[in-house]
Amino acid sequence: MNYFPDEVLEHIFDFVTSQRDRNSVSQVCKPWYKIESSSRQKVFVGNCYAISPERVIERFPGLKSITLKGKPHFADFNLVPPDWGGFVYPWIEAFARNNMGLEELKLKRMIISDECLELISRSFANFKSLVLVSCEGFSTDGLAAIASNCSFLRELDLQENDVEDHRGHWLSCFPDTCTSLVSLNFACLKGDVNLAALERLVARSPNLRSLRLNHAVPLDILQKILMRAPHLVDLGVGSYVHDPDSETYNKLVTALQKCKSVRSLSGFLEAAPQCLSAFHLICPNLTSLNLSYAPGIHGTELRKLIRHCRKLQRLWILDCIGDEGLEVVASSCKDLQEIRVFPSDPFVGNAAVTEVGLVALSSGCPKLHSILYFCQQMTNAALITVAKNRPNFTRFRLCILDPTKPDAVTNQPLDEGFGAIVHSCKGLRRLSMSGRLTDRVFLYIGMYAEQLEMISIAFAGDTDEGMQYLLNGCKKLRKLEIRDCPLAMQRF
Amino acid sequence: MEVVKETKMGFEETELRLGLPGNSGGGEGEMARKRGFSETVDLKLNLSSKESGADPNNLEKINSLQREKNLLATDPAKPPAKAQVVGWPPVRSFRKNMLAVQKSSTDQEGEKLPGGNATFVKGKMFSSFTIGNCGSHGLKDFLNESKLVDLLNGTDYVPTYEDKDGDWMLVGDVPWDMFAESCKRLRIMKGKEATGLAPRAMEKCKNRSYK
Repeated sequence: MNYFPDEVLEHIFDFVTSQRDRNSVSQVCKPWYKIESSSRQKVFVGNCYAISPERVIERFPGLKSITLKGKPHFADFNLVPPDWGGFVYPWIEAFARNNMGLEELKLKRMIISDECLELISRSFANFKSLVLVSCEGFSTDGLAAIASNCSFLRELDLQENDVEDHRGHWLSCFPDTCTSLVSLNFACLKGDVNLAALERLVARSPNLRSLRLNHAVPLDILQKILMRAPHLVDLGVGSYVHDPDSETYNKLVTALQKCKSVRSLSGFLEAAPQCLSAFHLICPNLTSLNLSYAPGIHGTELRKLIRHCRKLQRLWILDCIGDEGLEVVASSCKDLQEIRVFPSDPFVGNAAVTEVGLVALSSGCPKLHSILYFCQQMTNAALITVAKNRPNFTRFRLCILDPTKPDAVTNQPLDEGFGAIVHSCKGLRRLSMSGRLTDRVFLYIGMYAEQLEMISIAFAGDTDEGMQYLLNGCKKLRKLEIRDCPLAMQRF
Repeated sequence: MEVVKETKMGFEETELRLGLPGNSGGGEGEMARKRGFSETVDLKLNLSSKESGADPNNLEKINSLQREKNLLATDPAKPPAKAQVVGWPPVRSFRKNMLAVQKSSTDQEGEKLPGGNATFVKGKMFSSFTIGNCGSHGLKDFLNESKLVDLLNGTDYVPTYEDKDGDWMLVGDVPWDMFAESCKRLRIMKGKEATGLAPRAMEKCKNRSYK
């Protein structure tokens, strides 16, 4: 190690890209720590309060890209008070003050103000990418600042944020000289957008590969956009309500015939399902399909669509697909790796999705390793079958809408079912459980879930022993989410 | 793993609080105390029993009370809403709100285009708009509660609003401060659409106290 000059080491470290690996590299010895720290460009901070921005700047002076997470996961479900924190302003202010060459910023569950967005847009000349996931505190005025001032913007990706909408003028703020856009996602915006400005923006963005529209973009504009952007790889359809006999529809079909590169499809925020046949053209090439915001798509039209998606790897869907629809998925989508089934009515639930759908998926999809499944009921027998069929699960998240519901057939707790899952799926890293559960399930988890890193528990267990089994057994556990379990926390 | 020595620790020291890290206990801001199990379920079910812990008997009580509540549901056409436990099911607020909006807009009457396959044109009467930040000194003058209610008095429509939790409430059911603080948008609904909204108002008043 001593024989290599620093430049060579740095060059070697360039090939080490994963955050965890780079952290390991930095712990080998002091010289390696120094070189790694000075050359690192991408930093991930899982808890924005775990370290100060000044410390990050001091250690990584060459930082160009940062990911910050703020509020804990439970904040998504209103379990965290609204004034908890997670403000990004101190970070941006520190980066600006220290003249950092920030190019990429990704935030999750943080609060970002319009002033902060304005500061970003003015402080970092090479700023290229802004990704905001489940954030709040800003309005379309902040987006206008980003659009106006970031001359080399490549990516503006807004996922499920709570944005105050002051109407669509922000899109017009992209100057005519801005031609660098690769990815634009504004599906979560509630208000109208300037459609003419949108069309012009797409027309002057030859590198655009990902475009997700909000509900305010109607079909005739979509058709015009697709004609201008036939190289799109990822498309989020906005509003999809129209007459299948219309000229617009025919033009859409023509446009879609030219879009040979689309691999990912989402949106359909307002949809008339009988007109989906236009999209059958691009289904055969799709690897990712997200219809979890499309309650208008269900029944035979949905099943028809799915049958065309033979190469699907990722599917996000609503429970109105039903067990019958999941059986179609199981028989059509042999490459499926990840599926998420969301509730279409979170409080009433849709009786159409039960353990039957889960078993069908486990049996039909050999590559399935990641699942999030909201359902009405579950049985131990089904979970045991799933565990036998699919030992390759790495993420298994089951959410029964009635959180303490026992086995729907035997009325027993679901301990044996989840026990079978952790026993069989040796690579399981993430687990969320629900239904009636006793300390016994934690005994199983502690004994078998050796690779488990994250677990979410609610209304489970009887005594402290359950927790002891879990914490004693799962050596790799990093994140524990627990709510409403009968524990006397004094032991911990 | 080391055996944890059992020491007698006071409730205060072991109590979990959700608050900004770095604040020592005894700061001026109120931090949300972790709710016990009974309180969580109690919020929505209005159980009279305040026992802590979730022994099976308690759960059975909850389930039977839930069934009773369901039997008392006034609208036989709609399936009775299950008792809502706070933060369950674990669905992001954004998703819940989005689905609620989509549901209410498909529930509105649409027009069918003549001939051929039916398509639906949404008949929106008013577009939604947000109320901006209002200072403690007062409200923006162009709209207030009484103007809105007066406007619709005698018509088939009622003013409703969506609060921070994504729930739709009748305008006028909660105190004005609470309304102004929590209202995200307004919608004028047909009278029949708005049935069942009023009962939530009392729970909202109770729940807001932790802020």
